[in-house]
Parts: sequence; C-alpha cells; structure tokens
Amino acid sequence: MLLVVEQFLNGLQFGLLLFLLAAGLTLVFGIMDLVNLAHGSLYMMGAYFAATFAAWTGSFLLGALMALGATLVLGIVLEVSALRHLYGRDHLDHVLATFGLILFFNEAVRLIWGPAGLALPLPAWLTVPVPILPGIHYPAYRLAIIGVALLVALLLYLGVMRTRIGMLIRAGASNREMIGALGINIKLLYTLVFGLGAALAGLAGLMQAPILTVQIGMGENILILAFVIIVIGGIGSIRGAFLAAIFVGMIDTLGRAFLPNLLRQVLSGAAASTAAPALSSMLIYLLMAIVLVVRPEGLFPANRR
Amino acid sequence: MKSLSVSKAVTALMLAGLVLLPLYSHLTGNIFILTLFTRIIILALAAASLNLIMGFAGLMSFGHAAYLGIGGYAVGMLAQEGVGSGFIQFPVAIAASGIYALVIGALSLRTRGVYFIMITLAFAQMAYYVASGLARYGGDDGLTIYTRSDFSGLIDLGNRTQFYYLCLACLFGVMLLIWRIVNSRFGLVVQGLRSNEQRMQAIGFPAKRYQLVCFVISGTMCGLAGALLANNTDFVSPAVMYWTRSGDLMVMVILGGMGTLFGPVMGAVVFLLLEELLSQITEYWALILGPLLLLIVLFGRGGIMGALGRAGRG
Repeated sequence: MLLVVEQFLNGLQFGLLLFLLAAGLTLVFGIMDLVNLAHGSLYMMGAYFAATFAAWTGSFLLGALMALGATLVLGIVLEVSALRHLYGRDHLDHVLATFGLILFFNEAVRLIWGPAGLALPLPAWLTVPVPILPGIHYPAYRLAIIGVALLVALLLYLGVMRTRIGMLIRAGASNREMIGALGINIKLLYTLVFGLGAALAGLAGLMQAPILTVQIGMGENILILAFVIIVIGGIGSIRGAFLAAIFVGMIDTLGRAFLPNLLRQVLSGAAASTAAPALSSMLIYLLMAIVLVVRPEGLFPANRR
Repeated sequence: MKSLSVSKAVTALMLAGLVLLPLYSHLTGNIFILTLFTRIIILALAAASLNLIMGFAGLMSFGHAAYLGIGGYAVGMLAQEGVGSGFIQFPVAIAASGIYALVIGALSLRTRGVYFIMITLAFAQMAYYVASGLARYGGDDGLTIYTRSDFSGLIDLGNRTQFYYLCLACLFGVMLLIWRIVNSRFGLVVQGLRSNEQRMQAIGFPAKRYQLVCFVISGTMCGLAGALLANNTDFVSPAVMYWTRSGDLMVMVILGGMGTLFGPVMGAVVFLLLEELLSQITEYWALILGPLLLLIVLFGRGGIMGALGRAGRG
C-alpha cells in the first residue's frame, strides 16, 4: 500500500514535470510549426543555471528564480538570432538545424562547466518527509514539484483560454496568416511564445535538478519522452499534452516499479530481472506506437480546419 | 548542361579518390586514413540507403540507425554463438533488417509528416532498449566480436585493404541498385507518391504497398552497412542505435543533397572528415559543427550537390 501510493505520487510528479516540457514543445510546434529538438537543451540549461545561481547566492529559491529568468532570456535570444529564420521551412530543416543546436549546447556546457556533473542541494525545509496519509510520508520537495507544476498548468490554461494574449496564441495556432493580416505583430507573438516555452523547459529542468544530477545530455532522453507525449496527445493541444504527460509519467514510473515483480511470476528470476528494465523502458514507445496506429493524429488533435 | 558537368566532375573525382585511397595509404604508410575511410564508406552506404526513402520516396525516417544495430547485432550474436561464416552472418543481418523494416514500416506508414518522423524514432528507441536488455550479449556495455566474418578464404576481412575494397564494392553495388530502382517503373511510382500521393492513388496505384516495399529495400541496405560496421569496429553496442546516430545519418543526407544519387555519399565524406578535422583542432569540435549545421540549413539549400549545381550555372 505504502509503495503503491508512493509510486503513484512519483508517477504523478514525473508526469507533471514532463508536462512542463511538453507544453512548451507543443505550443511552439502548434503555433510556429517548428520542430525544436533543442528544447531538451533549454531544459538542461535551466538545470545548469539553477545549480550555478544557487551556489552563487546560497539560496535555492533565489537561484531557481534567476535560472528561470536566464532560460527565458536564452530562449528569446535563440529565437531572434536563429530559429526565427526557420519558420515556414520544411520540418526536416528544423530537425537538422536544431540537432546542430543540441551539439552546440552540449559542447558549450562542457566548455563552461566541465564534463563532470553538478549537484543542486536542496534547502533543509524541502527535504523533510511530509505525512500525507496516516502512516505514509512523502518527500516535501516532490510534493512541491507537484504543487508548482499544477499551478503552472492552471495558469497556462487560464492564460491561454482567458487572456487576450492567449486568444492571439490560439488564433495563431489555427490560422497564422489571418491574424497577421488582422494587424497582430506575429513576430513579437512568436518570440513571446518561444520564450515562454523556454522558461517552462527551464523550470522543468531546474525542478528535476535536485532529484537527478545536472549533467550533459540530460535533456536528450527526456526530450524524446516529451515528443512522445505531444504526439500521443495530438500536436498543438495543451490539454492533450497534459493528459498524455500524466499518462506517460504514470506508465513509466509504475512500469519500472512493478513490472519486475509481475514478470517474475511468469518468467524465471534471471530472465525476468534482465527483461524487466528493457521492457519498462520500451512501454512508452509501445504505447505511442499503438496510439499512432489506432489514431494517427494523436488522442486529442488540436482543432484545425 | 554545364551545371551537370560540375557536380559530375566532383563526383567522379571523389569516387576515383575512394578507389585509389589504399594506394595512397600504402605509399605514405598512413594506415589511419584507410581505417577512417572504411568507416566513412560504411556510413555513406547507410546514408545512401536512408536517401532512398527520404530523398526519393519522401519518407522522413528518424530511426534509420536501428538497422545499423540490427545488422551489427546479427553478426555479433552469431559470432558469439560460434557461427563465424560470413555467408550466414550477412544474409541473416540483411534478412533481419528487412523483417524489422517490414513490421515497423507497415505500422509507421499509417501516419504522415511529423508523426511519421516520431513513430520511426520511437521504434528505433525501442530497438535500442531491447539491445540494452540483452544481458547475454553484453547489454548496455555492448558485445565484442572476437572473430570477423569468415568468407572461407574468398576475402579476408582481417586484411585492411581487402576489407576496404569489400566495403567500397558494397557501396558501389548499392549505388547501382539505387540508380536502377530510381529509374525503374517502381522508382517512378514511388517518386510520384512523394510529389502527390492522392493523385497517384486516384490513378490506381496502391500507395502504401509501394512505399512499404521501398522502406524494406532501404532497411536491408542499411542492415548490410550495419554488418560491415560491426566487422569494422569488432564491436557492437546499443549506442549505434541511439537516436543521435539516426540524426547523424539524416545530416549526412541533407548535407550532401537529398534526392540526388551521390549526394549522401558526398555528405558522409564531408561530415565525417569535418568531424575528424575539427576534433584535431579542438576538443570542443561540436561547438563549431553545431552552428555550421545551422548555417548550412539556413543558407545552403539542396546541400553540396545543390551548391555544385549553382556553381555550374553561375
């Protein structure tokens, strides 16, 4: 029971984290029609910025806030200097160019911070276990991640559905020529959306940083997961990304936790312990393959004409 | 006409260079260059196979490195189990790649555009994790191949020059095959599907079937490259299937010129030489290569072949 609740919360936490990453990706994808492989690099930069700033200021929160700002600025710089020129190009061009950016960011990080990973220590008040149910404790930091991510998801939903900027973003997703013709400054809107996506990726990275080590290439595996999520959820759909992210986070976490035991009941011990890790890593891709075969446009395709 | 002659001349020069390279290596005693170019030729073969579906059929596969791994693991696993004959290893490598391509092609071709890119990527990642889980064959750490494929005295893969020429012969054979395919009725249908699938279907061609056959042919070619690559490195590991490897192959194709016959070969040569040269100048070579790719995408339309064509006209 304890394990089930704990793993369930872990899955939720991982899923919400994935949502932060996938939300930016799906916004950029849905609105600018840009396939941004370098989104994972922004996630990595968020973690590195946070580790650095937290060490400078001596405060986790201050470091996190500064890192958030820094990724936002980095995203805007990236959009204005390079990615802006890729809009309207072939998807293949996007893949190639942003693949180049991944190489660049990984190498730049190695040059600046060195090949060894960094650690981002948590302040004491975030490391205490919190009782959530009678007899069941859960780390405060993971609860904080769930809280922050849910808050951001809510703000994002309200922002996109209830504000003027959000209306423009939705309009841009459904017909970009038309809102340009209506006199909206699309360039600025795109830069804003990209910056927002970058900041979300940075937030995911800096929140994940204390749990994992901050290292080069940390953004690549999780980027693929984020892509899986937006493809399952339907490209351009924030709601789809949210549901798919939770789904994927749960399946991945629960699969890793319980699959070995399940397999052991069917297979011999040795065979199960070798097959389980591979199988649980595959589950998500299997899920995506099934979803795409059954619904080639994803589960919740954004409403397009 | 003149534009054709410039790219043709450069291509001929490159091919002549590849044929004569072992001679240069012998005269100067530079063994390294032979090893380097063996690798380049094998990856050029893989890039050419990717170009068949990407350039001619318009199917953007982001999981092509999976075949490199399948071909390589076929050789490695058979060698591990005591089957050393290349006459068994190579056909198995090719057949296994073909079967994999048939299965994932049949599923992936239900989707289009970005979804196709992503589903091929997902399948390749699955193959990557399967290989990582093969504890008997090294798992994550990979599998060392102690004896290269044995062709019973016909050709000795342990001999650098002979192995080089085997790889080159495979490359030329595959290029010839691709050339014949592209100019056949089948090839024309596939290219027609790239430009307008609906219209081709309206004429009465079963689009999916043609694309699937093309996808499988491409996969078997890359499986051959995988078998050669495993022999070249005497080692195979899940890392050859990692998604960045598929990215590398795509870069080679686009750099050289997608949808041209010799573009991918040129792309592989330039990309891998660039990687080699930059890594000699600085440890941080990717710092230069990354932005260079961005610039090539932004300003170099049609890759090297496109640039050569423009140079011919201009």
